[in-house]
Amino acid sequence: MLMSGLMIFNAHPRLYWGQYGANPDHAWFAIGATPTMGFVRIGETRIETTGLLGRWTDAQGVEQTWAFPGWATIPTSYSLADGRRWHLLFAWVLAIGLTLYMLWTAFGGHLRKDLHVRRAEWSPRHIWHDICDHARLRFPRGEAAARYSILQKLSYIAVIFVMLPLMIFTGLAMSPGMNAAWPWLLDLFGGRQSARSIHFITTWLLVAFFFVHVAMVLLAGPVNEIRSMVTGWFKLPPEKAQ
Amino acid sequence: MSGIILPRRQLIARAGGLVAAAGTLPLLAGCDAINEAPLTRKILSMGEEMHRASQRALTDRDALAREFGRTDLSPVFRSNGTKLPEGADYAAHAAAGFADWRVAVTGLVTRPLSLSMADIRAMPQRTQITRHDCVEGWSAIGEWTGVQLRRILAAAGLKDRARYIVFRCADRIGDVLYYESCDLIDALHPQTILAWALNRELLPIANGAPLRLRIERQLGYKHAKYLTGIEAVASLDGVGAGKGGYWEDRIDYEWYAGI
Repeated sequence: MLMSGLMIFNAHPRLYWGQYGANPDHAWFAIGATPTMGFVRIGETRIETTGLLGRWTDAQGVEQTWAFPGWATIPTSYSLADGRRWHLLFAWVLAIGLTLYMLWTAFGGHLRKDLHVRRAEWSPRHIWHDICDHARLRFPRGEAAARYSILQKLSYIAVIFVMLPLMIFTGLAMSPGMNAAWPWLLDLFGGRQSARSIHFITTWLLVAFFFVHVAMVLLAGPVNEIRSMVTGWFKLPPEKAQ
Repeated sequence: MSGIILPRRQLIARAGGLVAAAGTLPLLAGCDAINEAPLTRKILSMGEEMHRASQRALTDRDALAREFGRTDLSPVFRSNGTKLPEGADYAAHAAAGFADWRVAVTGLVTRPLSLSMADIRAMPQRTQITRHDCVEGWSAIGEWTGVQLRRILAAAGLKDRARYIVFRCADRIGDVLYYESCDLIDALHPQTILAWALNRELLPIANGAPLRLRIERQLGYKHAKYLTGIEAVASLDGVGAGKGGYWEDRIDYEWYAGI
């Protein structure tokens, strides 16, 4: 979804707020190229990104001025049609998979047993304590390691019940057919171009979640963590003898 | 326990190998090879059909695209694709203000027609302020005036066997005149019009003068410009390479562009 989405973005690497937005209109975000460099522009701030975004060299050594480089897109060389084919097919896989997972989470006990935030956990002191623990990479030991911490609970809830559904609905809000069928999509997001911007921003929030999540798995002991994900067999880290 | 740990190590070793390969050319080339394989193309095209079938089945087939107010108009309405058809023929028509331009209505109809721009403007008109969505991702809002396609099809008398409407155009891309098509649900939709005015002025050449299709629930490449013909057909097999449109046949854009 990510890599084919970046291909689609390359077809028009500009983002707008509101109902409409095209080249003559003001873009709040753009990736572009001057004759010598690539850049990202956010608002009025321009950051040079030559070599990575806007102007880069492909595997054959040819300089390209598409926004995202070939190694990050599906397919590697520009094809909006193919990017859309991949994206719009796997959108079904995501939507159906997510729906089933949400149902299982909500009714299978995962939400109640693992994700439910208990009253004591809402205290600012507790949340701050957990932030400090994460920042110091101090992972829970003993029985506590078998439960999600408050930050984990909040981020998993945000991903499953907020960000992924947001991706699907902002995606639908870009479909002219769905706009006619469900005009409330336009009201919900403030227009097709706003939906496109929210789709893009949420993409990077999900990418950030992915990297932090994987980093935490690796730091917490990848073999034990991944085995527990697949088999449910989790070896509790021993309590520190202090 | 060692029975579990050993395969796990092998798995990690293999995963490590994959990660190492990820940054290199062969894997990327492999991805592109997968992208181009015939089986992949077949599977990928299922997505379009699922979107078309579910939109048609689960939503109102006659739902109207949102109509906006004049304050919502794009300050500048962008054009795309052909901006000036090549050839002396079109240039002569443009110089004459399209006074002799004809649109032929042919195929599976009981009364084939040949309409002048004056004929088209003499019919009841519809004006709508709608959003145009390019497949590339941008949108522009414009005010369109023209005649509903369903009025023209009613005047020509669609035969029972007609299933699709094909649009023939005067702009040539490469060696081929542009063409598009849609099903009867969109052809008979009240907002599907043949527009000759944009923002209360005669349609500019860049936007398809003298006449273009507006098919408001689909993407921009379906909105055929420089219309010369409307043809009712039973199947798209005989149209171009069989996928129903210029870009559909050449680079595999979706025929159903409502998504």
